Amino acid sequence: MSTDEKQHTSEPTHVDGEWVNPGLPYHRPRRSDTDPKAANKAERQTAALFGLSILGTIAAVVAYFVLDDSQEIASIRTMNIALGIGIGFAMLGIGLGAIHWARTLMRDHEMVEERHELRSSEEGRAGAIQNLKDGAEDSGLTTSRRTLLKGSLVTAVLLAPLAVLVPQIANMGGDWKVSNLRHTMWAKGVRLARDPDGTPIKAADVTLGSVFHVIPEGLNELEHHKIEEKAKAVVLLIRLDPRDLKIQPGREDWSFDGIVAYSKICTHVGCPVALYEQQTHHLLCPCHQSTFDVADGCKVVFGPAKRPLPQLPITVDDEGYIVAKSDFLEPVGPSYWDRLKGGDATEAPAETEGSH
Amino acid sequence: MNSLARRRYSKSAPLLLVMFLLGTLTAIGFVVGGSSAKATTASADDIAEGQKLFAANCASCHGLEAQGTDGVAPSLIGVGAAAVDFQVGTGRMPMQASGPQAPQKKPQFDEKEIAQLAAFVASLGEGPAIPTAEMVDPALGDPANGMQIFRTNCAMCHGSIGGGGALTQGKFAPNLWSTSPTHIYEAMLVGPQSMPVFNDANITPENKRDIIAYLDFQQQGSPGGLQLGSIGPVAEGFWGWLVGLGLIIASTIYVGARAS
Repeated sequence: MSTDEKQHTSEPTHVDGEWVNPGLPYHRPRRSDTDPKAANKAERQTAALFGLSILGTIAAVVAYFVLDDSQEIASIRTMNIALGIGIGFAMLGIGLGAIHWARTLMRDHEMVEERHELRSSEEGRAGAIQNLKDGAEDSGLTTSRRTLLKGSLVTAVLLAPLAVLVPQIANMGGDWKVSNLRHTMWAKGVRLARDPDGTPIKAADVTLGSVFHVIPEGLNELEHHKIEEKAKAVVLLIRLDPRDLKIQPGREDWSFDGIVAYSKICTHVGCPVALYEQQTHHLLCPCHQSTFDVADGCKVVFGPAKRPLPQLPITVDDEGYIVAKSDFLEPVGPSYWDRLKGGDATEAPAETEGSH
Repeated sequence: MNSLARRRYSKSAPLLLVMFLLGTLTAIGFVVGGSSAKATTASADDIAEGQKLFAANCASCHGLEAQGTDGVAPSLIGVGAAAVDFQVGTGRMPMQASGPQAPQKKPQFDEKEIAQLAAFVASLGEGPAIPTAEMVDPALGDPANGMQIFRTNCAMCHGSIGGGGALTQGKFAPNLWSTSPTHIYEAMLVGPQSMPVFNDANITPENKRDIIAYLDFQQQGSPGGLQLGSIGPVAEGFWGWLVGLGLIIASTIYVGARAS
């Protein structure tokens, strides 16, 4: 590192088409360099900023001991705000003071660090290569000696990542069967039940304009994969005026007296679609504003979703409870790699009935 | 000690104290119980008065018989007293201008007039009644259970702690922190405007009261400090990106600038 005190730029920047080193810009002294009063003032300002930090620290410590530490929300909030402000000023004061000190009082002169060539010298390069060659020679890697040693080293190195990877991959899911994405807990005769308490729903309970958030009966009693099953099976049960409802071809007996059930999992990226507007019959997904028309087969009327929400065929059992007629006839939720394997379920739901 | 006390207070003090307490309790009763007490004692006079008010203020859209006008206003036959108490009591009705939804505003009628209107509409057909003070008392509810019910049924529109949120095309789910317990209960019963109906078979009266207790619990605020409206990641992201990053850029410029 060398210093260069050249301080003028009046020379031309080009001579015969070649760049000429323009040198450093003119050094402009700061007020605190020339005026001792300004320097004293800057010193006092810096000290005041450090003082602010000291006050912040004291305030935080005092607040911790003085303020009410009961578990009431209001006192927790007061404590958190007081501690936060105290600690904030303690840190901010040190930072601002250090910056102010460096800008106004510390030595202010330009320093130049010359660049050197990136490439090492020829001797250095030759020496490095010779070192590598000698090392390979010593270890016997390039010859046929010590094969047991080399073989065991390679095996150990290749196996070592498994200690990390196996638990990681195994934790990604208990089940690796892709076909699980095609099926949910719903089956013929499974009652629709309220989320979260799991009590079954009678058709008469679902009055006009009502929305029920539904899980399959028996979900709460599951011992394994309860969350996974719930994530696939959640349904929204809505009663519309039968005059507003446009029955989809092939789904004439999927609804009951204006009551329809649709999967709550958005076909875009799988958020729960549950913002139902009773007057427009629109169902809005909170994540990306995909909007589905419940009166018209939950077709997409706005947003990034590409497919309608899958409909759950329902009917009413002998005791008046709403039950599923079958599982969903297409996979619920967003698309995945082989969703359409074995026929396009979206285009012709009735045809895939036999495959379940 | 006894003689001292007798000398210091006048003889009428206990009487005054009792009267003061009674007065306070009556006032509280009016504020809390309010319309519900009146609704249960609706007389033929109230219905007649309500009909007059209805003809003067509501009939231009809803029709003289409250039968509704196609495409303009729904029929009010069978909506019940709860719907009237909610819509008129929160100032949503009478609507002043057509728009995506009727906003909350200062009520145009006093409690007595609202009760008369409710009595008239309730007389047209059976519908949900105004809940009693006990049914909506937050102190009797369980906020923990209310949270579960609220997060399953309400949070997607009203936000996880009732801060409100946007719907489509200018409609929105309002903030619930300043809504009275009676109005919250009525909104669930009748499903005003975009809101679906949550009848007693869906959310039982006890669970409705638990929801009210949960919302009432939010009055205590957040333990973490200042809130940013509690309307979710948009407001928080706005502050983080614009205000937080703005401050960082400003201080970077300050650090890099030359001192004068």
